[in-house]
Amino acid sequence: MSLLTLEHVSHHYFTNNSYTKALDDVSFSINAGEFVALLGPSGCGKTTILSIIAGIIQQTAGDVLLNNEPAHRSKIKIGYMLQQDYLFPWKTIMDNVLIGPKITDTITEKTKHSARQLLNEVGLADVEEAYPDSLSGGMRQRVALVRTLITNPKMLLLDEPFSALDYLTKLKLENLVSHLLKTYRKTAMLVTHDIGEAISMSDRIFVMDAEPGRLAKTFEVPIELRNETPFLVRRHPKYQKLFDAVWDELNKHEPENPKEGKVVDNDADT
Amino acid sequence: MTQTHDDYLFERYQHKIKRENKIVGVWQLIILIGFFGMWETAGRLYWIDPLLFSTPSQVASVIAQKVVDGSLIHHLEVTVLETVLGFILGTIIGIILATLLWSSVRLSRIMDPFLVIANAMPKVALGPIIIVAMGPGYTSIITMGVIVSVIITTIVVYSGFKEVDPNYVKVLQGFGATRWQCFKEAIFPATLPTMISCLKVNVGLSWVGIVVGEFLVSKKGLGYLIIYGFQVFDFTLVMSSLFLIAIFAAAMYKIVEKLEGKLIKHTS
Repeated sequence: MSLLTLEHVSHHYFTNNSYTKALDDVSFSINAGEFVALLGPSGCGKTTILSIIAGIIQQTAGDVLLNNEPAHRSKIKIGYMLQQDYLFPWKTIMDNVLIGPKITDTITEKTKHSARQLLNEVGLADVEEAYPDSLSGGMRQRVALVRTLITNPKMLLLDEPFSALDYLTKLKLENLVSHLLKTYRKTAMLVTHDIGEAISMSDRIFVMDAEPGRLAKTFEVPIELRNETPFLVRRHPKYQKLFDAVWDELNKHEPENPKEGKVVDNDADT
Repeated sequence: MTQTHDDYLFERYQHKIKRENKIVGVWQLIILIGFFGMWETAGRLYWIDPLLFSTPSQVASVIAQKVVDGSLIHHLEVTVLETVLGFILGTIIGIILATLLWSSVRLSRIMDPFLVIANAMPKVALGPIIIVAMGPGYTSIITMGVIVSVIITTIVVYSGFKEVDPNYVKVLQGFGATRWQCFKEAIFPATLPTMISCLKVNVGLSWVGIVVGEFLVSKKGLGYLIIYGFQVFDFTLVMSSLFLIAIFAAAMYKIVEKLEGKLIKHTS
């Protein structure tokens, strides 16, 4: 049963004297518990899709359904994690984690307890009273993860959450996030530029085309890869094959390619 | 062994810092003493006319005499109280106006040209109108202090609100925050450093408003002493008042700096 469905969703960005079509007729559905990765060149509207699903912006055409209900009427909670942690520097780690419950006015001893538990689970005991400026990038992103998970969202939107981290931290966090999402049976959508990350974490991969953003192709990740940790997936024999297939597909949609072709043609003419 | 060497390096570093601080302090003292020394000498030797420029010793004796007879305390009290009130009200009203502008994009667009004009206006020129409208008393003088600082506070704080990284708001919107909650949790606290630097600017501005206000109302306060000294050609009195204004303005600035240290600890 599908948790999230997009039906013919389009989105335009308007400025005073022009507009751009960021998304053109995007349709897909994601099942409960599924992990989907969105890959594509920059400017293909990946972040726009996430913002629409999160309800931060309103699509200009089409429908977003959560459990077959229009998204804005649905009670299903969605967690959104950004590229950078965006922890509030003036709040302690605990207050940062509890910002979601604070917004919905649902802070109780129980939420505080589960916040502590989650912080423990991501390896961040004893920093509750610290401020974000005393934490490393990886630690801060883990706090951001806990902040997202504390409201117990059914679905998680991850907008390149590992791209600002060094490689070692990134791999460790991939394992942690993958493990946590499986344990708590979350549905997730990951936006990334990293093919390896997409393959190692997700069940399906949507490759997008840019200007305007469209779904170009969907790849199913082989079942053998899905149950491994992201780190081990990268060593699996089937990994390379899928990597190459996704690579070829992405290259087709790279916007530079046709332009380069034209330049060569012009040279031939002269 | 290495520990002691590390300690030694650290000690040397600390020593260097202390020495540098000492040099800066000594030079500040030299300039201060040199300024007053030159002033005194120039006055005594008639390089400058002591009738116009007075001398530090005369200023000191006037201040001492006025402290003893109690008249100075009264004038001082009035001016400092007016300035502090004008400064606090100007900043608070400015922040409230900025908040109003932020709450409605349409309102801010409508108000934009009027703010530009209000900002460009020399506010002290409104003095006579204010005094006629509100009567020659504290209210007028404090209003002067407010009016000098309020518009620039509004403009600076409002642009501070707009410059807050929109991703902080995005985080909150993801949790379903209302616009007001976004303001309270992200926009306002993120702009606190801007507000503090506004406070620093406003210390100076409100002194301008208050002193001009006292010039015009001419009843009490250091501004009154300056204008009175000018009229009776007692420039020692003028200099004494200026000296006191300098001291108290600097003290207010220092207090704001302390406040800044207390309020803003974690900014990144």
